[in-house]
Amino acid sequence: MTEHRTLQYAAEEITEIAKGFGLDFYPMRYEICPADIIYTFGAYGMPTRFSHWSFGKQFHKMKLQYDLGLSQIYELVINSNPCYAFLLESNTLIQNKLIIAHVLAHCDFFKNNSRFANTRRDMVESMTATAERIAEYEMLYGNEEVERFLDSVLAIQEHIDPSLVRWRHGNEEVEPEEDTPIVRKTVYDDLWEIDHKKLRPPTETKWKKTPASPEKDLLLFILENSRELEEWQRDILTMIREEMLYFWPQMETKIMNEGWATYWHQRILREMELTTDETIEFAKLNANVIQPSRTSINPYYLGLKIFEDIEQRYNHPNEEMLELGVKPGSGREKMFEVREMDSDISFIRNYLTKELVQKEDLYVFEKKGSHYKISDKEYHNVQDRLIAQRVNGGFPYIVVHDGDYVRNGELYLVHKYEDTELDVPYLENVLPHIHQLWGRIVHLETYVDNKQVVFSYDGKKVHRRFA
Amino acid sequence: MQEEQSESFVVSQENWSLHRKGYQDQKRHLDKVKKAIHNNLPELISEESIVMSDGKDVIKIPIRSLDEYKIRYNHNKSKHVGQGGGDSQVGDIVASDGSQSAGKGKQAGDQPGQDYYEAEVSIAEIEETLFKELELPDLEKREQAEITEEDIQFNDIRKKGLIGNIDKKRTIIAAFKRNAMEGNAEIMPIYNDDLRFKTWDEVVKPQSKAVVLMMMDTSASMGTFEKYMARSFYFWMTKFLRTKYEKVDIEFIAHHTIAKVVSEVDFFSKGESGGTICSTAYEKALELISKKYSPSRYNIYPFHFSDGENMSSDNGKCMSLVEELMEVSNMFGYGEVNAHSRYSTLMNTYQKIEDPKFRHYVLKENKDVYYALKKFFHKRLEESV
Repeated sequence: MTEHRTLQYAAEEITEIAKGFGLDFYPMRYEICPADIIYTFGAYGMPTRFSHWSFGKQFHKMKLQYDLGLSQIYELVINSNPCYAFLLESNTLIQNKLIIAHVLAHCDFFKNNSRFANTRRDMVESMTATAERIAEYEMLYGNEEVERFLDSVLAIQEHIDPSLVRWRHGNEEVEPEEDTPIVRKTVYDDLWEIDHKKLRPPTETKWKKTPASPEKDLLLFILENSRELEEWQRDILTMIREEMLYFWPQMETKIMNEGWATYWHQRILREMELTTDETIEFAKLNANVIQPSRTSINPYYLGLKIFEDIEQRYNHPNEEMLELGVKPGSGREKMFEVREMDSDISFIRNYLTKELVQKEDLYVFEKKGSHYKISDKEYHNVQDRLIAQRVNGGFPYIVVHDGDYVRNGELYLVHKYEDTELDVPYLENVLPHIHQLWGRIVHLETYVDNKQVVFSYDGKKVHRRFA
Repeated sequence: MQEEQSESFVVSQENWSLHRKGYQDQKRHLDKVKKAIHNNLPELISEESIVMSDGKDVIKIPIRSLDEYKIRYNHNKSKHVGQGGGDSQVGDIVASDGSQSAGKGKQAGDQPGQDYYEAEVSIAEIEETLFKELELPDLEKREQAEITEEDIQFNDIRKKGLIGNIDKKRTIIAAFKRNAMEGNAEIMPIYNDDLRFKTWDEVVKPQSKAVVLMMMDTSASMGTFEKYMARSFYFWMTKFLRTKYEKVDIEFIAHHTIAKVVSEVDFFSKGESGGTICSTAYEKALELISKKYSPSRYNIYPFHFSDGENMSSDNGKCMSLVEELMEVSNMFGYGEVNAHSRYSTLMNTYQKIEDPKFRHYVLKENKDVYYALKKFFHKRLEESV
């Protein structure tokens, strides 16, 4: 029997078992490819993405680590219909078995989790088109020019509004709610208020220039309001925003998605007849995947443990749960419900129990002097910290506060500070990028050492002003 | 391309050899690194991690313009979540700065997830960029070419030759081949025609040797910064000279009121108290030249680093000794580390020297190492342009 045929049989068997468990996935396309191809896809996030040096840097780094034997990607799976999964050509059969089981669960998650409801399943083709368009712009406007623009857009690409409801329609008809008091932070708010009232009922253009309520979608705001951008630049901005919206649900469900896939590869492989060698190799691989870390959270492990805990608790509900109507033996059913309804934040909020935090010995640590020390083991604090890390995909929450600041068309951004400070050197390097897109002075308000600070970039220098 | 169809899945293996995108963008990134190296040369070459690297080939240096900047959290001021083995206590240390424990196997190290990117740059890359800008001072084309060495090289095989030079291996192969063609693959018999001889060519190679006489003021007035400047300069200079000459010798002469030849380690680490008499170092240099480094066989590069505080009564003597040194040397370099633009008696004296062999530079900050190198190693021609 050829290797290829063996793999074919294994895939058939695994697919059968997975279906038997009720996993619901798109048709699968398994592509076997060499290491450099897998690492290319890993770096770009997609096989057909546009060209940019930052992907090249990422690729180089990943490939180097692979060549040195420091890390290995075994598998890559794309949220699309049909679903593409890439297998490393040097994988052993048992590695491929684990991976196939793993990616089937990922695909089930992509297809059924509500966060993914709006993602385009034809993104592979769409990204091909984007790549071609950007390559064309490079021909027309020059590599350097396009690259400089891409550098700027990529610097702020995470600052979009991924809300499920909002980004489908244009939002223009939404009336700003007058009664809702919005917490104002700066002395300039009065100015903003005057402007706002005077303009009502708003004319199209004026209304847009100052967002009626703080605008989370920085990319969209710049796209619609910047006076600097040319048509091709707006096009690129639109396309990159589109790609970010596609990737966003994956960032929001990292722990759940990996936990779900790990749970199922373990469960499915248990149903299979493995040789002794295979069993040992599988155990090693699996241990490698779920190895916890002292200085970070391994999403595979934490996700797996929470899912296992849900199964356990709903199979054997305690009295309190029984009173609430939980039926004994409903563990599996509950797991499927969770995988459909939750994202990482609600997953941790609802299902990371006090007992689990203690059992898994989770803790909060922070830097004190030159050491990182455990500072807290209290259940709620650990849970809050985990959630805080997952808010907004782990990126600082920035909103556009004013697009016509001091009536001079300047852009005033506000960092919604929640006890975690920004990396100031990085911020000072991002501001020029935003300036390039906006074309006028850019301000960003945040807190450093508990003091309010406004960073401004005027095209030459970053200024810092303490309030 | 093979493909197998089933109801709900397809396994396929394509030929990916034309998919070069990763490599193309990798090249673009490396080009940008090169450019950044070029733009940052003045900062880079005085980077401590390089100068102190002692021959490590790849060093990590932050190349600012290549970071992908994002608005992100300050890692050091954030709280993180980790997981212990079951018995962790508040106050336990989970990681420390700088003490990177080597990653075991496929697991990452102990450090908290830092995605801080530092470009890995090989010293060779920096050298390539830097040395492109440097030239040996193109003064009199001296006896340099006359220093030659005769050598013989065995580099050819012939069928006739001296029996002492027989190449056994090739002879056996020749015999074996011929026998094999005749039907039995054996070594024997060996005929005359199978014999192979090594022959030689006489080659005359010009030998180029250089010696760097590194002189430095180690009196109390030379602090860490001053020494570091001298060290960075010396580091790159010797590297540069090594690309130009086959053999570069280095002598270290430390001086305060007396001069002596010392080891490299002592040269850069030991400080001595007392005043400064520079002429002692020049005398020592001249002594070394007459004893060990004959100008007919060596290209001589005396370099002197000082903070300029010489005993004023000694300056006149320095002048004449420097002139004497220049007669036998390719060039004489004087680097003055003078961060605060003090009045320097020595520089004041030296400014009067007009010989093109005499080159001097005042180093005020780290970046100046680069400019000093460029000043010392530029073509005569460029200067007049």
